[in-house]
Amino acid sequence: MSGVITKDQVITAVVQLLRQAEIELPDDVLATLKSARDRESNPIARTQLSAIIKNADFARENSIPMCQDTGVPIFFVEVGREAMINFDLEEAIRKGVARATEEIPLRPNAVHPLTRKNSGNVGVGFPDVNFDFVPGKNIKITVMPKGGGAENMSVLRMFTPSEVDDVKHFIIETVKNAGGKPCPPIIVGVGIGGTFDKSARLAKKAALRRLDKPSDELEQELLETINSLGIGPMGLGGDTTALKVNIEYAHCHVASLPVAINFQCWAARRASVTLEG
Amino acid sequence: MEYTLKTPLSKADIIKPRAGDVVYLDGIILTARDTAHERLLSSEKIPFDLSGAAIFHCGPLMRKNKEWSPIAVGPTTSARMSKMTPELLEKYGIRAIIGKGGMNGVVGALYEKCIYLAYPGGCAAIATDQIKRVKEVHWFDLGMPEAIWVFEVKQFGPLIVGIDAHGNDLYAEVEKRANERIKSL
Repeated sequence: MSGVITKDQVITAVVQLLRQAEIELPDDVLATLKSARDRESNPIARTQLSAIIKNADFARENSIPMCQDTGVPIFFVEVGREAMINFDLEEAIRKGVARATEEIPLRPNAVHPLTRKNSGNVGVGFPDVNFDFVPGKNIKITVMPKGGGAENMSVLRMFTPSEVDDVKHFIIETVKNAGGKPCPPIIVGVGIGGTFDKSARLAKKAALRRLDKPSDELEQELLETINSLGIGPMGLGGDTTALKVNIEYAHCHVASLPVAINFQCWAARRASVTLEG
Repeated sequence: MEYTLKTPLSKADIIKPRAGDVVYLDGIILTARDTAHERLLSSEKIPFDLSGAAIFHCGPLMRKNKEWSPIAVGPTTSARMSKMTPELLEKYGIRAIIGKGGMNGVVGALYEKCIYLAYPGGCAAIATDQIKRVKEVHWFDLGMPEAIWVFEVKQFGPLIVGIDAHGNDLYAEVEKRANERIKSL
């Protein structure tokens, strides 16, 4: 029936999205890495950037995942308020992830947090699925497979309102402390404001933003300062520590100032599709 | 300087390269990450040989048709294995540790015994081209990422000597300069 989005359509789209995200580094990320390699003055750093670019090309040409850590599949789903579906959308996404795990394949990354028992790539709250409602009849699905190394270095701190001036230092210090662990060159996603959990969600959305979107003054200043630290690709020294700093804001409680920093490794995997209703 | 080293590695092999040098490995590498380290430390007997060995902090993505083949094989964050490493080096004759991001507090344990080599993080696709054979898998009950995979490799790299056997730690030098820079801001 025309206008109705089917469960099979969603499952197929999820498999296809994950395949694209895992295998093809987005064009804006690859272009940014190439210009960083051309500017880089440190010879060790150049070996790392060249290997990264060669790896991205090799993965695409051979249709294999670029990184063995195929990540936590994080979905952002924009559901049109007039979209017509008669099935459990989240369940369809979970089915798509299970099928992609076999077909692409993906590394089984989901474990119980305490027993560490591995359940493949589907478990309680895994994959992570977020819904937003938007005007229209379509459903837009975006996937962001998020690697563990970069995610592990992420930090959230609840500042007090009088500490506004400490926020910049906190961001720079956090990047310095992470060193080579989040697989630099990184994208620094920052969420400022909201509540405890909202700031983290903002930071994640900031890390998802395309790299060819212009930076504001604060983002540019932070990027330059971070790159002046000399941490470099993989923490081995160099000019290229971060490719971009992206900040998202939300209003917060008069007594609060939450700041979250979400690290994205150079393998900034993402893909989107719109299913027309 | 650039070196090609062949496993099993001798003390003479690993004493030559200095922090910042480039190394390529030929021979055998064995993956080991968090839970494999725990089991290595608690085991009295192990079903593989670690004397002169190169271990690889890696949880690979593998596929089995008739035999196992590597799909994506890159390094994981080595810092998680820092605490277990001195005892591991004491217990087994490991000569090279391959990983990414560096390690904390292991310079003394590595001294004149072992080198830390950094494989470019996330470069798991090109690594499959450097793996010539999946020789064995051990402790598969730990799960695919945590099992010990034994790979035969050729020109495995580029590996940057992150911590050499002479007490030099490239990561510590980088961090020191970053700290000085932060102080000057």
